[in-house]
Amino acid sequence: MNGAKLRQQIAFSVLGAITLLIVVPIILVILYIIINGAGSITWQFLTQAPRNGMKAGGIFPAIVGTILLVVGTMLFALPLGVLSAIYLVEYARDDLFTRMIKLSVVNLSGIPSIVYGLFGFTAFVLLLHFGTSLLAGSLTLGIMSLPVIITASKEALESVPLTYREISLSLGATKWQTIRYCVLPYAIPGILTGTVLSLSRAAGETAPILFTVAAFYLPRLPHSAFDQVMALPYHLYVIATQVPNIPLSISFATALVLIALVFLMNLVSIILRAHYRKKRLW
Amino acid sequence: MPNNSSESIASHAEPRRSEAGMLASVTRWRRKIGEPIIELCIRLSGILVVVFVFLIFLFLLRDSLSLFRQYPLRRFLFGTAWLPISEPPQFGVVPLLLGSIYVTLGAIVICVPLGVGSAMFIAEVAPKHLKNVLKSLVEILASIPSVVLGFLGIIWLAPVLRNTFHLSTGMCGLTGSLLLAFMALPTIISISEDALISVPRTYREAAFGLGATRWQTLWRIVLPSASSGILAAVMLGIGRVVGETMVVLMVTGNAPVIPRSLLQPLRTLTATIAGEMGETVGGSDHYYALFAVGLVLFAITFTINLVADLFLRRARK
Amino acid sequence: MVSEPVIKTVHLDCFFGAHQVLRNINLEIPANEILGIIGPANSGKTTFLRALNRLNYLHRTYSQSGEILLDGRDIRQISDNLLRKKIGIIFALPQVLPVSILDNVAYGPKVHGVTNKETLARTVEEALKRAYLWEEVKDRLQEPAVRLSGGQQQRLCIARTLAVGPQVILYDEPCSGLDPISTAKVEDAMQQLKADYTQILVTNNTKQASRVSERCAFFLMGELVEIGPTHDLFTYPQDKRTDDYITGRFG
Repeated sequence: MNGAKLRQQIAFSVLGAITLLIVVPIILVILYIIINGAGSITWQFLTQAPRNGMKAGGIFPAIVGTILLVVGTMLFALPLGVLSAIYLVEYARDDLFTRMIKLSVVNLSGIPSIVYGLFGFTAFVLLLHFGTSLLAGSLTLGIMSLPVIITASKEALESVPLTYREISLSLGATKWQTIRYCVLPYAIPGILTGTVLSLSRAAGETAPILFTVAAFYLPRLPHSAFDQVMALPYHLYVIATQVPNIPLSISFATALVLIALVFLMNLVSIILRAHYRKKRLW
Repeated sequence: MPNNSSESIASHAEPRRSEAGMLASVTRWRRKIGEPIIELCIRLSGILVVVFVFLIFLFLLRDSLSLFRQYPLRRFLFGTAWLPISEPPQFGVVPLLLGSIYVTLGAIVICVPLGVGSAMFIAEVAPKHLKNVLKSLVEILASIPSVVLGFLGIIWLAPVLRNTFHLSTGMCGLTGSLLLAFMALPTIISISEDALISVPRTYREAAFGLGATRWQTLWRIVLPSASSGILAAVMLGIGRVVGETMVVLMVTGNAPVIPRSLLQPLRTLTATIAGEMGETVGGSDHYYALFAVGLVLFAITFTINLVADLFLRRARK
Repeated sequence: MVSEPVIKTVHLDCFFGAHQVLRNINLEIPANEILGIIGPANSGKTTFLRALNRLNYLHRTYSQSGEILLDGRDIRQISDNLLRKKIGIIFALPQVLPVSILDNVAYGPKVHGVTNKETLARTVEEALKRAYLWEEVKDRLQEPAVRLSGGQQQRLCIARTLAVGPQVILYDEPCSGLDPISTAKVEDAMQQLKADYTQILVTNNTKQASRVSERCAFFLMGELVEIGPTHDLFTYPQDKRTDDYITGRFG
């Protein structure tokens, strides 16, 4: 028995060490970016356009561009994702078509982001003549975000007790009234949490926007959905690889702003979840 | 006397009239016209999801076929040189495929033991508060944009590796593998952990009842029972690594040659598309060749995801 | 006393998939009656009840044949929404929506198109009074309904059903989770509702059936074994199986 205990001690220590090996780099990465980037973040950096071949000035157009992309993505993907989830949970029968939808969701979630970029380029930029634009980029990112939104919405809808639907139907409400008043209100927290999470991913993606939206250097704000925009992740890619002699501090500060934005969205999602969990009555 | 004040509750004395009376015209309109429209939208959304997958496949296929009309499929699949701008151009996908495979294997060798090990620690060993901290940290890792890790790879990891292994450049397969391993960890950890904690409590209790230690239970009972879920986690991790673009584009050196080791520059499928798309002319063979590469990528990840889904289904049973 | 039955079933057979749950049920229920339905578990009582307002169709494998008539009209000619408005149901466990007391009761009228605030308020008050709940909740209509006790919740469910203006009220073992005092209150409410509604009470509790119902039906393994005035059925059962059941020899 002592041998077994000793072996357990050793095994658990090894597992602990492995975990440490993962956790420490995560913390180091975050700290490294904060320490190197925080010094360069000034009001000017956040509110001015890049100047002097991006070697000076700020990243304002990229911040705005990323926010616009996120909003565009949400406008497209949220309704589509929620409606698909409603279909799957409330309407779908267990037939071939339903299985095809489920399989499609699984496969959408596995398609590499660069393939979304290719698709967005042929479908939206070329075929639909949207050009390299905010619209084309939002649609591309939107399709990419769909599987996460659908999965989260589906889980949220399924977690609403069946009895609510039964009560509503037994009072003579129609199916849609039942969904609208007795299911959706209780699923919204879960839907929002998943949506914000998927949007935070979209905000950090570079590959899908490489050829669909991102401008190398565009020191002004877009005028319409058919305009190109700068975007934070693409901007970081450009200044890290394409433009020589960029001060490292600018790259670090850009990375920090991008991470901060993504974390902020994650935080919103966590707060939403906690808030609604406290309020819910079932 | 409730009986006398019942006019507010629709009387059922004249059912036929009350049908029309109680259903206000707005409601009738909503039920007759509004709801069918909404339900149509719901159905269409479901259809649209399937359509998107089809369209993605179709567009890739269409443009790939444009290449194969000019350039034989056989030479694309088995050609050992990717020289898109030489004269005549060569579009052999083998170097890129091998590049992806090398980098992926490197990443998987690193991240599977680490990921599954820490999933075991988080699920079975760590006390509750530590567990929450660890899970949050893993979530933080999952949310770091890949371009940020690519940037850190360039300025920090590549120089470190160059000095350690005395390489001519740190921009090589290994740098990519290390970063990709790091990026695939959240997927592997969270899905493995789910698989571990969903092993029925009774299994554990039975093992404890026989006098097994927690480690023996974990190693001999829980881990094998969770194997389907863990395999799914590994498959999804592989899918993530194969499809990752920015990191490999930024740190693997972008040399489309058949790699002999992870310590030399190479080029993956994803990085080729991302790196060359901007320089092609629409409608050229080179342009179509990149879609053919995309199709190969699509086929690989499609298969991996199907297998992963199969494992996940089995795990749920 | 010949009057058109409010509900009439003719050769009603009910299936879940291939499994036949009810066999050839022929029943007539006149207006303002309280019909008790008794029988052991799995005898098809609940299926019968839920066939009347087509709730069984929420199960995808369900099918039925035969006719159900409401006021002489085949219920297949009536839309589900309208049918369920006319035939309300009270479930076994009190099931309230996680909203306020007021919104629970107002839900039905709202989905049927009542938007006027005053009408809604009057309907809610009326329904709560008829369900004998008004005095207990009138000062806290905005409180979440889940804070009510089990018995109060069940009466809230009755009020919620009354608020849409039904003609028939179905009760599916309404007191199975309630203490004797709460049960008595629900039974009181049922007696008061007799004047205006036809009521059908499915219960596992033969004593409750004998207390509340005027006529009583005994279901066993999907068949209607016997139906008659409650007193007669309990005192001189015609069928041996009925006798066995009420004297507690099985079930």
